[in-house]
Amino acid sequence: MAELNQEHESHKLGMHTEQLSGRTQQVFFSPSAEENFTYPDGIEVDFGKSAEFDAGPMEISDINLKIRELMKSGHGTITIKNPGAKHSLGVGILNRLNLNFEGSLGYFGCGLVDGPNIRISGRVGWSCAENMMAGTVVIEKNAGSTFGAAMRGGDLVCKGDVGSRTGIDQKGGTIIIGGRAGAFTGFMMQRGRIIILGDAGKNLGDSMYDGTIFVGGKIEDLGVDAVEGEITDGEASWLEAKLALYGMKAPNGVKNLTKIVAGKQLWNYDNLEPAEKKLVL
Amino acid sequence: MCGIAGLIHRGSSANIGGQMTSMLQALKHRGPDSTGFALYGDEATSDLVMRFKVAEQEDLATGFDIHATVIERRATVDERLKEMGAKVGSQEQATEYAYRYSFAFDGDLKRLIDFIEDIEGVEILSIGHALELIKDLGDATVVSNQYSLGGFDGTHAIGHTRMATESDVDIRSAHPYWAYPFNDVSVVHNGQLTNYWTNRRDLERRGHRFMSDCDSELIAVYIAHRIDEGDDLEAAMRRSVDELDGVFTYLVATGDSLGMAKDVMAAKPMVLYESDDLIAMASEEVAIRSIFPHEIDTFDPYEGEVRVWQS
Repeated sequence: MAELNQEHESHKLGMHTEQLSGRTQQVFFSPSAEENFTYPDGIEVDFGKSAEFDAGPMEISDINLKIRELMKSGHGTITIKNPGAKHSLGVGILNRLNLNFEGSLGYFGCGLVDGPNIRISGRVGWSCAENMMAGTVVIEKNAGSTFGAAMRGGDLVCKGDVGSRTGIDQKGGTIIIGGRAGAFTGFMMQRGRIIILGDAGKNLGDSMYDGTIFVGGKIEDLGVDAVEGEITDGEASWLEAKLALYGMKAPNGVKNLTKIVAGKQLWNYDNLEPAEKKLVL
Repeated sequence: MCGIAGLIHRGSSANIGGQMTSMLQALKHRGPDSTGFALYGDEATSDLVMRFKVAEQEDLATGFDIHATVIERRATVDERLKEMGAKVGSQEQATEYAYRYSFAFDGDLKRLIDFIEDIEGVEILSIGHALELIKDLGDATVVSNQYSLGGFDGTHAIGHTRMATESDVDIRSAHPYWAYPFNDVSVVHNGQLTNYWTNRRDLERRGHRFMSDCDSELIAVYIAHRIDEGDDLEAAMRRSVDELDGVFTYLVATGDSLGMAKDVMAAKPMVLYESDDLIAMASEEVAIRSIFPHEIDTFDPYEGEVRVWQS
């Protein structure tokens, strides 16, 4: 691993004391929970009412419209077969929903979602879950670059490897990677957490404003102003619990993850969590 | 934006013309201006195969005397081949302006190429024992039908769908590029090179020729130069990742291998599928899936990564 000894003033400045508060940070979103993220015009769905359809012969817009039609008819669990790596599937869902893709998605899958629990049995292309607000997106295989770009809340999980610029401009929520992450992971990250159980590529956390990155494997090198921090007991408990939600474990225990934080105070914004911001905006 | 694709069968041949047509058609949305194929046949012989054109497609639509001119240009090509001692075996005409010749030749190949390209309007698209390079305006299905590529058998191929950004919409600026004057070397590229002119001037001073102002051609010429300097394909590609500035993912094919390189920022996409008997890659997974009826596992290569596979 590279030498993680960059000079920094971040601890003196009182940074890295982010509290684990806010619904999308602290509480795992569950369709059965009382937690309510529904919009005023949200659709009442029944998770016991399920439907499935074959996306193989369908156009992208027709697939997304079909999801909405099923939601409007009260279906809370939808399974989509043969997505065929098509782009922009499962986007803009601002509702509770259990959505399963049996296969792989192309670019921009599950972007702009706020609330659903989505599972993808295959791989996802670039920019999966971009601007995600709440809910969970779980990918069983690999993911492309800019995974979780500008994500604001919820849990985004890839059990395989991810490409470069993962969590670029991340503003909240948690990204979990079971394997390796590419270069510039956490680039300009502003809040939230990234947990990488495998190795991390070069320029990790480059120009990150705030937030925390945890790495289980080797770090090729750190980006500008990214520095190593110490894992607190609270963080260790949180990491253990968060990983357990998805059946994952740190390779040598959560205490042996390497914690990376911002080395300089580059930010000037409030401390509201994404869910709280939604209430005041 | 552009889309690139490649495939290589290990130890066997298949209908690579049909497969590459499917993959490139699936990438049509990344570039509708032109489509190109570099196909490597499975029956390489001692004869050379030359693909060349005697005019641009748009010339045929606008010129008054062009129909007579293209006939004259082809006749001049025939004369010069004979003058240089080439023994032409077969001649096929794909379009009014594009031809495929096979011939036996044991003289100075670079001199032969320069002599033929000295004819106004004539450009050799490729020469090789296995390589056949076809490119034209339109999507993959249009070009494939025009040049009857749907049943082309071979071991490996690369292809390109082009969205013109920095040069014209014509065959000259379409990909793939043949690495003049080397047999069987071709390149496709997605990205932009920011030190194009610096490298081009350097390579021109060393005697290399450029047929277009497209930055992608530079990669073909660069690789050709490095091979000429003694690098093997993988070494040449690794050097290119250090020496070429910009954002790029490119594919190179030779008579028996296929390589992939990605810039150090990993700014341009590439998805890979790898099995014991077939490797397929493309800018988007949807292209790879177009040739597989069953579920497959794919992955992204990382920043600065170079890979080379043998057929």
